[in-house]
Amino acid sequence: MKIASKAYTALIFLFLYAPIVVLVVFSFNASSTRTMWGGFSLRWYEKLFEDQMLLMALRNTLIIAVVSAAAATALGTLAAIGINAYRGIARKAIMNVTKFPMVNPEIVTGVSMMLLFVFATRLLGGSSLGMVSLIIAHTTFCLPYVVLSIMPKLHQMDPHLYEAAQDLGCPPVRAFFKVVLPEIMPGIVTGLIMAFTLSIDDFVISYFTSGTTQTLPIYIYSMTRKRISPEINALSTVLFGVILLLLLVVNLRKSKDGKEAAAE
Amino acid sequence: MKSKTASYPYLIWMALFIVIPMAMVVFFAFTDQSGAFTLQNISTVGRYSNVFVRSIWLGAIATAISLVLGYPLAYVIAQGTERRQNVMIMLVMLPMWMNFLLRTYAWMTLLEDNGLINNALAALGLGRLHMINTQGAVVLGMIYNYIPYMILPIYSVLTKIDPSIIEAAQDLGADQKRVFLRVVFPMSIPGVISGITMVFVPAVSTFIISKMLGGGSNLLIGDLIDMQFLGSAYNPNLGSAISLVLMVLILICMGIMNQFDDGENEKGGLMI
Amino acid sequence: MEKNEIIALRDIAVSFDGEPVLKKLNLSIRDGEFVTLLGPSGCGKTTTLRIIGGFVKPDSGDVFFGGKKITGLPPHKREVNTIFQKYALFPHLDVYENVAFGMRIHKKSEAQIRETVREMLAMVNLSGFARRNVNQLSGGQQQRVAIARALANDPKVLLLDEPLGALDLKLRKDMQVELKKIQQRTGITFVFVTHDQEEALSMSDTVVVMDKGEIQQIGTPQDIYNEPQNAFVADFIGESNILDGVMIEDYVAEFAGKKFRCLDKGFAPMEPVDVVIRPEDIDVTTPEKGDISGRVVSVNFKGVHYEIIVDVNGFKWMIQSTDYQEVGAEIGMTLTPDDIHIMKKSEYSGMFGDYSSFSDEMEGVLDQPIEKGAAEE
Repeated sequence: MKIASKAYTALIFLFLYAPIVVLVVFSFNASSTRTMWGGFSLRWYEKLFEDQMLLMALRNTLIIAVVSAAAATALGTLAAIGINAYRGIARKAIMNVTKFPMVNPEIVTGVSMMLLFVFATRLLGGSSLGMVSLIIAHTTFCLPYVVLSIMPKLHQMDPHLYEAAQDLGCPPVRAFFKVVLPEIMPGIVTGLIMAFTLSIDDFVISYFTSGTTQTLPIYIYSMTRKRISPEINALSTVLFGVILLLLLVVNLRKSKDGKEAAAE
Repeated sequence: MKSKTASYPYLIWMALFIVIPMAMVVFFAFTDQSGAFTLQNISTVGRYSNVFVRSIWLGAIATAISLVLGYPLAYVIAQGTERRQNVMIMLVMLPMWMNFLLRTYAWMTLLEDNGLINNALAALGLGRLHMINTQGAVVLGMIYNYIPYMILPIYSVLTKIDPSIIEAAQDLGADQKRVFLRVVFPMSIPGVISGITMVFVPAVSTFIISKMLGGGSNLLIGDLIDMQFLGSAYNPNLGSAISLVLMVLILICMGIMNQFDDGENEKGGLMI
Repeated sequence: MEKNEIIALRDIAVSFDGEPVLKKLNLSIRDGEFVTLLGPSGCGKTTTLRIIGGFVKPDSGDVFFGGKKITGLPPHKREVNTIFQKYALFPHLDVYENVAFGMRIHKKSEAQIRETVREMLAMVNLSGFARRNVNQLSGGQQQRVAIARALANDPKVLLLDEPLGALDLKLRKDMQVELKKIQQRTGITFVFVTHDQEEALSMSDTVVVMDKGEIQQIGTPQDIYNEPQNAFVADFIGESNILDGVMIEDYVAEFAGKKFRCLDKGFAPMEPVDVVIRPEDIDVTTPEKGDISGRVVSVNFKGVHYEIIVDVNGFKWMIQSTDYQEVGAEIGMTLTPDDIHIMKKSEYSGMFGDYSSFSDEMEGVLDQPIEKGAAEE
């Protein structure tokens, strides 16, 4: 039984990681075919960093991610606090609207926003789809995740904390910053990180709302359509490496915190 | 805190960018290019019923296989020590941190006619297989991309089962098989349900996987919508009609699934 | 304004979602007093406390503090502090910072804060715990931090909302003593909310018994126990046999088919009344010598005494006696005039005081506060 389950786990992980390993290995391939090994080389990495289009797309992606994650976090934090005060049908309705973009197929959300943006540019004039529409779209689809990562924290929080702060002399707004905010901070940080990563990773909604603006996933998409250069392998490897590094740092910090807490 | 006002900016935002766009989809679906009311678009959708059937069929197969493959893994992971669980879950999630276009692209290089798998088969003296641009490749792509969404919610439900409940079942005379069938599995149903919806919804509405792994011949609903908005067939009215039908289908599916799961909904779907 | 009255509630009415929680409540609290609001879950005691704290605004009526109207004053401007049910310690701050919280808000000097925190922690026996994380403290310790935090703010009045509810029995008893000591030492007015009648009787100067949003009786613990004003109070405080009776004339009451001398007067001739007899006041004797006789139905050993249920013509009496009685035995009971307490008929008449359905398990269940959700919490 033990062996069987180990073998099974290994097989599934083989399935999950084999394609990634192949990508990484072939990023160091000297040959320009994607399937024949022609010796070790870093030429695709050099090419990658000379690719102006790619660097531009990366810059756009980061700008969009930072702005929309910040906007979604600010709006979402306020939203969660407000929603927490609602009861009954109103609360249910709001929660349903909140969850809607999460259950609705991404393509439909993307298409619907495209309709709005096209309509708005026709109405208001100005340039068509681009950075602004991307930022709005990203903020929108990140918002529910922020709201839903903060709501449980508010829910878990002893409602008397806020009252206790006022009882000890804090005016309401100050009581919020001194007591409530620190309590829900973990939720806010989770929401922020989620929003940031979702934004960086998004392809489908960006695809419909970007116009001619390139983001990294859109650029990757256009690369896969060309089906030629192993440059894309190099890009995958770099991205994977960055993610791995980030996760390691986060986890190391977490376990360090854990040890410190335990040592106290 | 009786500060409902704090949510007003959010409510306005959601009204502007979720509710109004959805209303526009409905509006476009029921109008022609001049803006006059018509049922033409909706009835045209009927012509693509084969595409709908194919999408749902492939999505369902991918979901079923993900469940069959994913449940045992979730179960095995949930049995481990806490440290081991964390590592394994990290490993399940890690590929998801890579852009899914790249993950799908990786399968292109593997499945091609002269891709790695075929090269390996040839080197072993076995015949080459035609794999890319088939429905099988599309299903494989769906499973590969979405199986973590199946594993994670099931795992998280399994770890929340109180060990004393299992001990109670054993105490009452259930053997290992019956403990699983009578206690563990029924208790994990909410995780299974959310896993199913989290795999089925993106699978049924994808257009990238079919494009990259299915070639041109395995058109899915997503491709159809894409064509109406950004493709050669430009027709946002028909595209809206197709989107609307897709949305309604999904919402009906979700509604049916939720019938089985009357537990906590506020938490559902919040796994990365 | 009464002499040295510190808090007064005048005609306070509150309802939540159309459900009345307090009905025209009037209450006066003297400075330096230990007042307990006692009643079952949902009686409005916590709401009363929250009105004083400023967390609930009454629909009508006014709150006075030292003679000044403070009905609309927000909580942070009131000179009262609250000990919350689950303490509401700030989890992101350590013990020291929790206690210092109010002083920091009020911009006290660092030196003064240090001094006061030290003093407060010493008072609650938590010296040396200043830099502990509050989540690592036991329930009793958290309770002490909450007390220190509230007292560090130098309140005129301390409001305590079932502060001992989360502690186990032994700790609860210790904290009762400690709280009482702190109250006496500081001279601060304590308004204490509990559903535990023993706690109320042992700690308070004044007990306010509440039910259904109304005050049933206000008095010293002795008054409340010895002179309950209606069947509810009699039943809620301790054990009582409550019988239907008739006041023949002053000092003579008839119940259980007999006439008894008693110490009560001022009723109309032949007025129907409720008669309360505490189980420990009843003396057991032989059937012949007894005023009343009946058959023993059940006997429970309670440690100090036996709890004996006796059937007298269908009405079940409870007797607490140090002498064991055989189940099935015929026994007599004698009453002296000061064992008998006469009450006016009320809406509670006939609801309490017969031990027909009595059993230990039932009592255990009913002793638990029944959480009915929003109204009280």
